[in-house]
Amino acid sequence: MVQLTLPKGSAPKKGKEWPKPERSKNVRKFKVYRYSPEEGGNPRWDIYHVDMDDCGPMILDVLIHIKNKIDPTLAFRRSCREGVCGSCAMNVGGHNTIACTKGWDEVAGSVISIAPLPHLPVVKDLIPDLTNFYAQHAYVQPYLKTDTPEPEKEWRQSEEDRAELDGLYECILCACCSTSCPSYWWNGDKYLGPAALLQAYRWLIDSRDEGTGERLDDLEDPFKLYRCHTIMNCAQVCPKGLNPAKAIAKIKHMMVERVA
Amino acid sequence: MAGSGPTDTRPLSPHVQIWKWHWTMAGSIFHRISGVGLYGGAFLIGAWLIALASGPEAYALVESIAFSLPGQILLFLWSMAVLYHFANGLRHLIWDGPMVGFSPKVASLWSMFNFAFAIIGAAVIWSLASFF
Repeated sequence: MVQLTLPKGSAPKKGKEWPKPERSKNVRKFKVYRYSPEEGGNPRWDIYHVDMDDCGPMILDVLIHIKNKIDPTLAFRRSCREGVCGSCAMNVGGHNTIACTKGWDEVAGSVISIAPLPHLPVVKDLIPDLTNFYAQHAYVQPYLKTDTPEPEKEWRQSEEDRAELDGLYECILCACCSTSCPSYWWNGDKYLGPAALLQAYRWLIDSRDEGTGERLDDLEDPFKLYRCHTIMNCAQVCPKGLNPAKAIAKIKHMMVERVA
Repeated sequence: MAGSGPTDTRPLSPHVQIWKWHWTMAGSIFHRISGVGLYGGAFLIGAWLIALASGPEAYALVESIAFSLPGQILLFLWSMAVLYHFANGLRHLIWDGPMVGFSPKVASLWSMFNFAFAIIGAAVIWSLASFF
């Protein structure tokens, strides 16, 4: 259901403003979402002043700087720091992105806001609960389904058929797209969301896969696929430059074509 | 949703409160708003036709409302909604059919164009109408 306001207890309050670094000229202000399950209460916006001469180029470097030099209690996920794991997905300056490939100089404004991925239960600080997101990925059965006996070596595929997977296989499941989608915000329990649907299309279009019919059956209801209204936030924010909205349109085509 | 039982006190992370809007997002919600507006507008056409059939007094009443300042503003917004819904509906058709214009840049420009088409189109129609 559409709910434009946050539930009671979820609205962030004004938090702590941490001291400015001494003797530095190049300082930027960061507004970071904080919530601690131990302390409870409402989340808060903490303000940090970061000496940019002492900090790496990316938003993830800013977070690491804050954790190392200002406030060790800040919690966030990160792993590969090169845009292949998707762990550090978060909302930076109002758009979802992965912190490790987003330069702080790319974000406009005098204060850069950093919040967890939108409309998810928050475990701590910038760490959201992605249980539902992963369950939706599992629902589309992201693996090869075949009836014919397994070949001796491998399942062969022509170069053209392989090219169909370009723009799909690169998805790292960071959840930036799904949590950017208003449709997913309001119907995340019933609508699969852009990430799971892009993954669904990745298997639907795979020339080696033989489960196309049942895969389409699994998407055939008013919500799972058809809650996409081409709002396009998914394609706007994807840190890998993919286009889930277009993949969803192609699934809709497949739905029509199999009836015709 | 998993992990959100009755004892779960986890807060919900902010969504529309923090989101920086894209043109496509504004274009989408305005398609919905203009659609609802046109639904209401259909009743106005109905009222106008009924008044037309009921005779000169009823028609004069509807006309006096339509020519009042609030009536004129409403009608201007309505013509904008018609044009916007038409242009954006055409885009939906193109997206659903030949599936072109899906790249974020093209989609954003297209949304801007649809807004401009509605505003400028309505302005042109109204200024032309004022000559007759």
